[in-house]
Amino acid sequence: MSLRGVACIAGAYEHPTRKAENKSTAQLHAEVAIGALRDAGLTRADVDGYFCAGDAPGMGPLSMADYLGLNRLRHVDSTDIGGSSYLLHVAHAAEAIALGRCDVALITLAGRPRSEGVATGTAPRAGSPAQPDVQFEYPYGAAVANLYAMCAMRHRHEFGTTAEQLAWIKVAASHHAQHNEHAMLRKVVTVEEVVNSPLVADPLHRLDCCVISDGGGALVVTRPEIARGLKRPVVTLRGAGEAVKHQMGGQLDLTYTGARFSGARAFEEAGVTPADIKYASIYDSFTITVLLQLEDLGFCEKGQGGRFVADGNLISGVGRLPFNTDGGGLCNNHPANRGGMTKVIEAVRQLRGEAHPAVQVPNCDLALAHGTGGTIGTRHGSATLVLERE
Amino acid sequence: MSETPVRVPPSPVPDPSTLGFWQAAREGKLLLGRNLETGRLHYPPRPVCPFDDVGEVEYVPSSGRGTIYTFSVMRAKTPYAIAYVELEEGPRVMTNIVDCDLEALRIGQAVRLVFVDSEGGQPVPMFTPA
Repeated sequence: MSLRGVACIAGAYEHPTRKAENKSTAQLHAEVAIGALRDAGLTRADVDGYFCAGDAPGMGPLSMADYLGLNRLRHVDSTDIGGSSYLLHVAHAAEAIALGRCDVALITLAGRPRSEGVATGTAPRAGSPAQPDVQFEYPYGAAVANLYAMCAMRHRHEFGTTAEQLAWIKVAASHHAQHNEHAMLRKVVTVEEVVNSPLVADPLHRLDCCVISDGGGALVVTRPEIARGLKRPVVTLRGAGEAVKHQMGGQLDLTYTGARFSGARAFEEAGVTPADIKYASIYDSFTITVLLQLEDLGFCEKGQGGRFVADGNLISGVGRLPFNTDGGGLCNNHPANRGGMTKVIEAVRQLRGEAHPAVQVPNCDLALAHGTGGTIGTRHGSATLVLERE
Repeated sequence: MSETPVRVPPSPVPDPSTLGFWQAAREGKLLLGRNLETGRLHYPPRPVCPFDDVGEVEYVPSSGRGTIYTFSVMRAKTPYAIAYVELEEGPRVMTNIVDCDLEALRIGQAVRLVFVDSEGGQPVPMFTPA
């Protein structure tokens, strides 16, 4: 059974806040839930499926259903694969809808790491001693930034990828963010500014990293018959794939990500190729994240990512593959340190023709959204969606 | 040459299945998991082989020789080098490179096993240029 055409994204909402000092995480979940339902023209009374991940406080769907007042739930799913969870949730919602387990699925994400002062990228996290990897990683100061940096270092070694090439990814994101009034970093930056920013973890500079922000987002997924009756452009799921990649008992290879597998599955189900994609949302925790995923999704050959992203190739209206036209995690926001939700939301905007006019891709009828969760330097989840406008 | 400042690592918290691994570290040995049936080595070692459903796992010491597969020097705080070292037996292991010139590290560099005492005294396996 294929997921092609079985479900649509009828509602999408991104919280405008980037610093929510006086709001709770649960409150942010509720605000984005209402926002996405209102966008779809639906209400909480219509919701019979609910999806959330590790950012949801308490016992996931139990605490949130209680807080949100969701009284008609007959399907819940709190699968957590980090920042890519919400792309996976779209696919799992489509599965549930296809099987008749629910009709209107709500997916929420929210968090406030900025207000909580979390040193997200550079502070090693102790985790739980029951997590089998912690005792073999925490003593070594493994943090998010240096784990991704080790991937960049290896890529540079094997393929000659330069700091300037990586910098082009940030430059492209900044060109888009200048048009987003909510973006944290709206200033257009140059390659020189990126490579001259302080090193955080060799070879990644400060401007190779994403922002730390509060906020959130939500999606409403429903069956096509319902979506067509709503007063919004119809965005349909055409293909989906997911994968998990890890250290493989010591046989790890940091030159590729799970996108190699999740992307291939999504493209096969959709019956399209990377050349058909008009717009791509690509997870951008760091510039190297984008580069690896572009290769693994098949937008260019392995090792050619540096050449592919250079010279503005990712800038809307300039290059061949417009990406992250909201400014992405690199410039706009990275709510709850989980960027997958906003990847889907901007893809929906593009397919509806509702992106900022300065970055809207003309006749954008086929888009890809891809997420990576966890860290590619150890273990991560990958989820890919191919979406089309009906 | 800028010597690595002394970074005292936080102590690992063993679980019932890794007590032997950390005891061996106190004796100066880095243990790998080895499948008695297939001979395949894995790291970090665990009682159930990650590769094959058959075969008990025994623990065997590494030679302690390897090369740097990749590394990164954290600059946001007191600099230190995290790395994956490829052991000559095959597995790639997360570690730190210590007692070295951080600016001279390179992929492919030969390294050898050393042990560094953690906050609680438990020695932790690390590597230094050979």
